[in-house]
Parts: sequence; C-alpha cells; structure tokens
Amino acid sequence: MKIVVCVKQVPDSWAEKKLSPDKVLDRASVDAVLNDLDEYAVEEALRIVEANGGAEAGHTITLISMGPERAQEALRKGLSMGADTAIHVQDDALAGSDALSTSRVLAEAIKRENPDLILTGTESTDARMSVIPAMLSERLEISHLSFAGEVAVDVNAKVVKTKRMTDEGVEAMESAMPVIVTVIEKINEPRYPSFKGIMAAKKKSITELALADLGITPTEVGNGGAWSEVKDFALAPARGAGVKISDEGNGGSALVDFLAEKRLI
Amino acid sequence: MSDILVFIDHTNGSVAKTASELLTLARSLGGAHAVIAGTSSDLDAAVPSINKFGAQAITLLESNEINNHPSSAIAKAIAELAATLSPKAILLPSTARGKEIAGRLAVRLESGIITDAIGLSSDLVATQSIFGGSTVVHSRVSKGIAIVTIRPNSIEASESPASATINKVPTSVSIGAQITTREPAIRGARPELSEANIIVSGGRGTDGNFAPIEELADVLGAAVGASRAATDAGWYPHSHQVGQTGKTVSPQLYIACGISGAIQHRAGMQTSKTIVVVNKDPEAPIFDIADFGVVGDLFAVAPQATAGIKARKG
Repeated sequence: MKIVVCVKQVPDSWAEKKLSPDKVLDRASVDAVLNDLDEYAVEEALRIVEANGGAEAGHTITLISMGPERAQEALRKGLSMGADTAIHVQDDALAGSDALSTSRVLAEAIKRENPDLILTGTESTDARMSVIPAMLSERLEISHLSFAGEVAVDVNAKVVKTKRMTDEGVEAMESAMPVIVTVIEKINEPRYPSFKGIMAAKKKSITELALADLGITPTEVGNGGAWSEVKDFALAPARGAGVKISDEGNGGSALVDFLAEKRLI
Repeated sequence: MSDILVFIDHTNGSVAKTASELLTLARSLGGAHAVIAGTSSDLDAAVPSINKFGAQAITLLESNEINNHPSSAIAKAIAELAATLSPKAILLPSTARGKEIAGRLAVRLESGIITDAIGLSSDLVATQSIFGGSTVVHSRVSKGIAIVTIRPNSIEASESPASATINKVPTSVSIGAQITTREPAIRGARPELSEANIIVSGGRGTDGNFAPIEELADVLGAAVGASRAATDAGWYPHSHQVGQTGKTVSPQLYIACGISGAIQHRAGMQTSKTIVVVNKDPEAPIFDIADFGVVGDLFAVAPQATAGIKARKG
C-alpha cells in the first residue's frame, strides 16, 4: 500500500501574523513550522503502516509539500517522525498561488505517485480555508472521507472505513481505495521525532519537482493565475481596553451589572 | 432576478440558522434562489422558513439518498444547476460542510472562491476578518461565478416574507463513498458553539474544573468554549476549542474565564461584539481586548455572577 500525506509549512500558530505590502502573508517575519494539523495525518499514516505489517509488508509513506525553499524543514520534520520519502514542489512562479492553483499542483504531484491512500489535516492554520482536500477529490476523481476521528484500513479488500466526527454527530463512512482521508486532531497524539528518527531523516531523499515536471504552465498559477484578488487590506482598529476592576468580594455582581447595563441579560 | 444561489443546509427539513443569514444577504445583492438537497418531505418542512426570509425561487435537488453520501453528490448537482442558471454568485455557510461543497464547486465551475467572508457588497467585494480579527481584507472573485462562504453569525438576519416558486430537479447519486450509519450528536440544552449568541469559555485557570463555567453558561443560555490549554490537557472536548487551531467565533458576548489570551486563543474570539474577562493575573494579555475585566478568582467571580443573573431573572 502506498500512502501519500500532504503537508504544509506555516507560520507558528502561536505567533502574530500580518500581510506584507504585496497583499500576501508575510512569512519571513515569523517562525515556520510543520502545520500542527498535518502532524496528525503523518502520525495516522505511521500507525496505519505499523498496524498492517510495517515497511516489510511493502507499505510506504511519501510526504508531498508545495512551498518555498524552507518548506523542506517541514518535510524533514515529517521524515524524522518516520515517513519514508518526500516530494517538494518548488517553483518561483508558484508564489501567491490560491487554493485552486495549489490543489491543481498537488493533484499533479499525487498522480505521479499513484497512491492507494491520501491523508491530510483538516486545514492549514495560516489560510484556514479548509478546501484543498475537497478540491483534490474533484481533481483526482476519487472519494473524500472528511473529519475522520477514526480510520480503519482493510488492505486486502482495499476498503477504508472512517468515523466522521463533527458537531452534527458521528457518521460511519466507507469507500473503496484510492481515497482521500482528512483526519481531525482528536484521532491520535503525534509522536515527537526520536534522536534516531532525526538522524535517519537527514539521509532520506527529498525529490524536487518544478512546474515543468508536472506539465503546468507558470502563468496558470501563482499571483497572476489567481482566481480571486485581494483589493485592499487594513489593520482592524485595535480594541480599546475597557473597564478593569479588582475583585474585592463583589466582582461577580459588578460583572452582572455590566451585562445588564449593556442589555446582554 | 433571482441571481444569487443560496445553499440551504438542513437536517430532515429543519433549516440551519445560517440559511436565514444567507437569504438576507442574497436579497441585498439581487434576488435569492434557495437550493436545498433532499426529499419532497424535507422541502415541505423547509419551505416556510425559506419563504420567511424572502427567497424568490427554491430548487429542490430531489433524492432519497443524497444526504447519505459525502458532499460530492450535492456539489455535482449544484454545479449542474449553476451551469444552466448562470448566477452572479453562490453563497454557502462557512461550515465544514459548506466549505467542502464550495471547494468542489470552484473546481467544477472553474470559478474563484472566497471563504469565511463576514460581508459581501453589491459589487461582490467580500470582507474577511483574518489573523484573528487583526486584519480586514477586501477581495473579489476575478474569474467565473463568485463562490463565497459566509461565516455564521456575521450577517443579521431580517425577515421579508415572500412566496417562492418551487422547482424540483430529480437528482441521481452515483455510487462512491457512503455514509453507512449516523448517530446525531446528543444535544444538551446548550447552543452550538459557532452559532451561539453568548459563549462562556474556560482555560488553564479552571484547573480542569469546568463546573462554574458550565453553570454560568447555562444561566445565560450560552455555549461553552475552551482554550487550547484546556483541551490539550483533556479537560474539555477538542470540539469546544476556540482559537487558531479550533473554532473562530463571533458572538454578541464572550466571557473568558481563566484564559490568559495568547494569540492562539484571541485569534478565535476577538471579533466578538462584547468581551468580558475574569482572570487572577492582572497582566494577562486578554485584558487588553476586554470591554469589562475582573481581576479575580474565577471560582469566586463566576458563581457570584451566576447567582446574580438567576436573582435578576427571578
């Protein structure tokens, strides 16, 4: 079984983010990390392989990421967790790509691998659109099992069963492979890379692909090929701090008075 | 002209609150054409709620099975409808399901997509509040039909009764992934987090005891939220996490108890209309965005507030 996990390098979700004057996310001024929510997908891939006989049984995990040079750091993190190989799609023409372009590039890169199972996180913590997996499902013409809180893979029958967990409830879902599965954060506890894993990752190969390798024309992607445009942006007016009191035994009552004054109760 | 398609999410004909908001918005942009997927009896149950908010037309994508499949089937049917109607825009709720369908529509209709908008002007310029409300962005779709998902609670619904023309389109579902069983969430008396008008949240300061948070929430008819510190510690379910890696909420009133206010959390709640904070640490950054802050122990302040509200309500 061949598993592909899509990962993205994003600004640390604990950091303040801003837009740069050319209306795209300023990635240079913040620490970059492997998207938190993708770690769950990498971990789930490792668990699926381990539960089905491991690498000896012929199962492999390939990470795919699109991004600038430093996105390799995120791929190394995934490799140090235990993924086997990685593909890095990098091309200057990709700067400013929107979700439609990104999904197109990822779909072409995935097609080359011809995987049985594609795993992703629910969203990247920077753009937060959460549409790439559904777009990949359309482009690759395979099913998408979203919001999986449990994944069971039957390697012989080539069937994947999931529990889709959302605010509406729990749905048992199933699909034949190949299939895209999006996992939620409660599915597992991602492992920390071991020292051995980190050392091993340094020797693992990262295949570099450019747009030409994927048969995509540079003008179709990036800022110029975008399907939507940012007209302008501005910092929101800062919220002024309001009243602040110390609780001297009547803090709760003062809180109620404030709510009443604001007609919130 | 009913030139704005509006996706109506529903459960057995019981229409989601987002529908009233989307229909109100669509009316201001031209005319609302509601699209709903399901059976004729789902439609019958939904029509009064749709008419109340002024739809000019309703199309039922009629199928007994469509809701037993993932969103691909609905997306395909809406895309086919859009190809014949050529609407100016398609509006969907910025929910898990709404965004899945929207992403698929963008690929199928070769159209640009904007998610999580909090407003849309008559020339289809969308307003988004990003990075946790620190930045306001205006953008527009530059190719194809504008596909826009609207953040729940960002449009104030207003009624405008109408009697929509109804059209039923038989819709087939090809065999693909299937939903084999479904267990609806057991809903307590509390509203759903992203739709709630009031949210009371707890963080590290609860030390794992959410009882005072829940009691205050219940007396206010509020939803319960949690910071990442609280959900990571296993004190409250992940589904209640508000923040950068959780839900983005924008209620009328947000009460944060024992939450320091790291950007991780503020990113999910600082567009709330009114923010009230209870925290022992006077230096906690969350006080910077509070309309009303109490420096004190949440285990004293929250129960006193709960009792005070109960007393007022008699």
